[in-house]
Amino acid sequence: MNQADIIQAPGDALIGEAKKDAATSAAHKKAYRSELRENGKGKAALRGALFPLVLLAVWQLCGSFGLISATLLPTPADIAKTFYELLISGDLFRHLGVSMGRAALGFVLGGAAGLLMGLGVGLFRRLEQTVDPSIQMLRTVPHLAITPLFILWFGFGEFSKILLIALGAFFPLYIQTFQGIRSVDAKLFDVARVLEFSRSKQVTKLVLPAALPHILLGLRLSLGVAWLGLVVAELMGSSEGIGYLIMDARQFAQTATVFVGIAIFAVVGKATDSLVRHLEKKLLRWRESFSG
Amino acid sequence: MSEQLLNVRLPHKTFRTPQGESVTALHNIDLRVRRGEFITLIGPSGCGKSTLLKIMAGLDTEHDGEVLLEGKPVTKPGIDLGFVFQEHRLFPWLSVEKNIAADLSLRQPEVRRRVSELVELVKLQGFEKAYPRQLSGGMSQRVAIARALLRSPKVLLLDEPFGALDAFTRSHLQEVTLDIWDNNRTTMILVTHDIDEAIYLAGRVVIMDARPGTIRKTIPIDLPYPRKKASSSFQELRTIVLREFERVEELELVDSSGI
Ligand SMILES: Nc1ncnc2c1ncn2[C@@H]1O[C@H](COP(=O)(O)OP(=O)(O)OP(=O)(O)O)[C@@H](O)[C@H]1O
Ligand SMILES: [Mg+2]
Repeated sequence: MNQADIIQAPGDALIGEAKKDAATSAAHKKAYRSELRENGKGKAALRGALFPLVLLAVWQLCGSFGLISATLLPTPADIAKTFYELLISGDLFRHLGVSMGRAALGFVLGGAAGLLMGLGVGLFRRLEQTVDPSIQMLRTVPHLAITPLFILWFGFGEFSKILLIALGAFFPLYIQTFQGIRSVDAKLFDVARVLEFSRSKQVTKLVLPAALPHILLGLRLSLGVAWLGLVVAELMGSSEGIGYLIMDARQFAQTATVFVGIAIFAVVGKATDSLVRHLEKKLLRWRESFSG
Repeated sequence: MSEQLLNVRLPHKTFRTPQGESVTALHNIDLRVRRGEFITLIGPSGCGKSTLLKIMAGLDTEHDGEVLLEGKPVTKPGIDLGFVFQEHRLFPWLSVEKNIAADLSLRQPEVRRRVSELVELVKLQGFEKAYPRQLSGGMSQRVAIARALLRSPKVLLLDEPFGALDAFTRSHLQEVTLDIWDNNRTTMILVTHDIDEAIYLAGRVVIMDARPGTIRKTIPIDLPYPRKKASSSFQELRTIVLREFERVEELELVDSSGI
């Protein structure tokens, strides 16, 4: 409550006081609860970490005493050592760079196409009637199933890899953008009419912001699929990249390197997802948050 | 004061139900509004108040009547006819000041200045950067009023703007509305369920009847502002209005928010 409000209207002043009281007690409760939660969180994290830690210890011990073959299951220490070697030799970064470049290029091409198509189809009913049925039909084909066809047509080269990634990235963004535009509240359209929004303002000031939560969800889903496409494309045959690192190590039975490769795929995938989540939090600050 | 600003002539307004029948919502409406007038529309639920207001705003053009603003027919909604909806309908992704500006840019000094003036007028200083979800119902409704006022409408149409608010906030917003009317001399047409509110604000109370929706009676309120709800002259008018309502068969009227 600001002061001006309290001075101007006695009725409001009362409400203001009541609100302030409620606010302070709510703030106390919140602080208390978050303290509890912090404690709880710490304990929960500890409990959650218990099982992996025990597993890791047992794994290490089994390996050290020679109970399992190092070719099948290298010890955690071996894997860490391999990771370190790959790191200082620069191999890891080189392969990671290639992989990320591919994923980025494929994602940008496919994602941008999906976004633009989704916008167009969402905004123009004619375009929807023309292209949406075909896109919906193509969508039912699992895109990884087309891989053999791509290899037949374009060979193992860079082109079919990028195409596979792009194809995967296209659909989630397309569908979410389209959905987002179509789910804009009709009541707000009436507001836009009453305020005499121009057609372009209607898009930039109403449709796009309203569709943004959907679009960001599409972005996250697209990134996930693009990453999956990358893994498949690289495992299918390549001369560079994390997938190549894995397949090459497999040939020479360097199981520790395979483990490192898998871990890298997992970590980078998770990291990009977190990045978009962070972006979501920032851009959608206006939304009710359900965190507490 | 006596210049004609808005004329509504509406022989018939029918809705088609999904079953294909047609329902008469409004019948034989003739309303002439003078510049600077404050009119309240009151009537039982379902008598067509919202429908009439939407037709005046140009939001509903499917009728055989005529709406004239300064002699020119209204064919589509626009900023000359400001509209405040029953629910505030703010853009949830915009802060208070950006909601008021809406499609206009706050970077323009003139817009900036007018927005700050309006923020002051509706008493929301300190909340310029807040998002709608951080506001109470009454504050949101004040933002919606400011948003309509920024466009300097010739007529401000308000559809039960305070219907969902508690008594405290409601009477505060009544003051705010009267202040605005007093300062800007904006012509206002306000729909309400609340007899006291209708008499407290208006220069003319228009009482509507249901099935079919028509204007039953128009009662001029000649009390000077600021009015006292407890005064005997106010109570007399209240009795007159109530008596009109008793003639309406179905008395669905409640004092406050019977939405
Ligand atoms: N879109 C519509 N389609 C069909 N019938 C409608 C439509 N809108 C309103 N009606 C009908 O028109 C009549 C008047 O409705 P309206 O919403 O104008 O009433 P109201 O006086 O505003 O009521 P309330 O006080 O409850 O808001 C009602 O009988 C309603 O059923
Ligand atoms: Mg209504």
